[in-house]
Amino acid sequence: MSDTVHFHFDIDGENFTSAGEASVRIKKLLREMGFSPDLIRRVSVAMYEGEINMVIHANGGSADVHVFCDKIEIVLADKGPGISNIELAMQEGYSTAPDNIRSLGFGAGMGLPNMKRYTDEMKIESEIGKGTTIYMTVKV
Amino acid sequence: MSQYKHSVTLDISRCKGCTNCIKRCPTEAIRVRGGHAIIKESQCIDCGECIRLCPYQAKKATYDRFEDFEGYRYKIALPAPALYGQFEELDDVDYILTALIECGFDAVFEVSRAAELVTEYTRRYMKQKPSALPVISSACPAIVRLISLRFPYLKQNLLPLLPPIEYAARLARQEARQTHPDLSDEDICVLFISPCPAKVSYVKNPIGVSQSAVNGALSISDFYFKIRAKMKEIANPLPLSQTGIIGLNWAGSGGEATSLLSDKYLAADGIENCIHVLDEIENGTLHSLEFVELNACTGGCVGGTLNVENPFIAKARLRSLRKYLPISRNHAEEAQGLPQDVLWTQQPENDHSSSLSCDRLTAISKMAEIETIYHGLPHLDCGSCGAPNCHALAEDIIKGEAAETDCLIQLRDHLGKS
Repeated sequence: MSDTVHFHFDIDGENFTSAGEASVRIKKLLREMGFSPDLIRRVSVAMYEGEINMVIHANGGSADVHVFCDKIEIVLADKGPGISNIELAMQEGYSTAPDNIRSLGFGAGMGLPNMKRYTDEMKIESEIGKGTTIYMTVKV
Repeated sequence: MSQYKHSVTLDISRCKGCTNCIKRCPTEAIRVRGGHAIIKESQCIDCGECIRLCPYQAKKATYDRFEDFEGYRYKIALPAPALYGQFEELDDVDYILTALIECGFDAVFEVSRAAELVTEYTRRYMKQKPSALPVISSACPAIVRLISLRFPYLKQNLLPLLPPIEYAARLARQEARQTHPDLSDEDICVLFISPCPAKVSYVKNPIGVSQSAVNGALSISDFYFKIRAKMKEIANPLPLSQTGIIGLNWAGSGGEATSLLSDKYLAADGIENCIHVLDEIENGTLHSLEFVELNACTGGCVGGTLNVENPFIAKARLRSLRKYLPISRNHAEEAQGLPQDVLWTQQPENDHSSSLSCDRLTAISKMAEIETIYHGLPHLDCGSCGAPNCHALAEDIIKGEAAETDCLIQLRDHLGKS
């Protein structure tokens, strides 16, 4: 009997309109595992913001979700340009999103702050020119 | 949820076991097993999508018949505003309402009257600055059930006011007892004339109250010809209609939201569009909105499967009907505040029917098995196994409802090996 289950999602960087689909998918799966509506929302919002970020800034990436009885771990990894100043990027309202993305209503500079707000632990590893990996944990 | 009573049903004798319905059911509630479809009642929201697209008319909406209520002393018709859009060359709603009296009803109470009051109370509710924004309309029963099954976090956003159908039934009963003091509540029978199966189900599974004041739901399509026949005989219609523009507008998508006199609203129609909007609300991306109106049917209630007319034609007719009407003809008696009798007395129940197990560890373990099986499936989502997609088949296998060899591709590989 397995006490954990793992889901892997490839986030397609070419297709902006499909961004957010992994978040919808994980919502359904967590609901079937009986998690509370509040926890499901926290995970799905964190996933959603991460997906959007990877599509806007990094030409896509991957999302791995590990589900345990007492916590959900999310790993978002991309091979994008990296974040030059993480502290600045974590500030609400700071954004480097291009104008065409802003015209769609994104780029408000709330992505990373929201991911932090909705998760219990968050760690960002980023290297310029190599990519970014974000580790998040949501406790049950 | 205590046993939900459905109105969307299957006529097995007509079902050919094709896969049209399983692929398009928004809640993945249908499977094809043993050569015909089965509807998983715990997942079905009675939206009527399958009725719309079944090429063999095997999906049906069940509804009540007028004749079933003959025993009551006083029968009140509760016409949905969508009914008014079904008749060509009509310039006065009173012809329809008088025809209903001619059909054997003792009185008529338009649901659109209650809708105008609910509109006024919704404006007041919005002024109280509810904490969970946007407020989501609770008038479409298919949407409320969808939210309790699939978006439980958003239950707190639902407008906690009685839907117009329920409020209309209460007011109709009050009015009847005022005009006929000899009537007791048991003598009165309130029959809704419904545009859709979801509202037929509503009567048996009311929202916000434990028991509905509506006794039964008839179908617009079933009553259409009776009304038409009577209408032709009417020379001088009775002055029965008491509805303004706002009440009539509730028949179509956007009618409820636009009447709130705020531009921070969204109105979506069609079940897939509504699901998309709910996902966005849950993601927190629609934060500038105050009110969201969702209608499961395209076009709003005029798009319900119990109507006779195309929804866009019905909408155009309603537009000409409302031409010289006042904005609203029903106003709250109290100057401000919300009366107790329009508020929900109970919340929609939590529904865990989609959970794999009530024990978390068992559920996770089952999900891990599902993922293993899913990875072995072809990911074509072809539907020929009888499940809507490969992941649904993997879930069915773990639940013991299907076998891996139901997958034709897997079966072919098995045969190739042996």
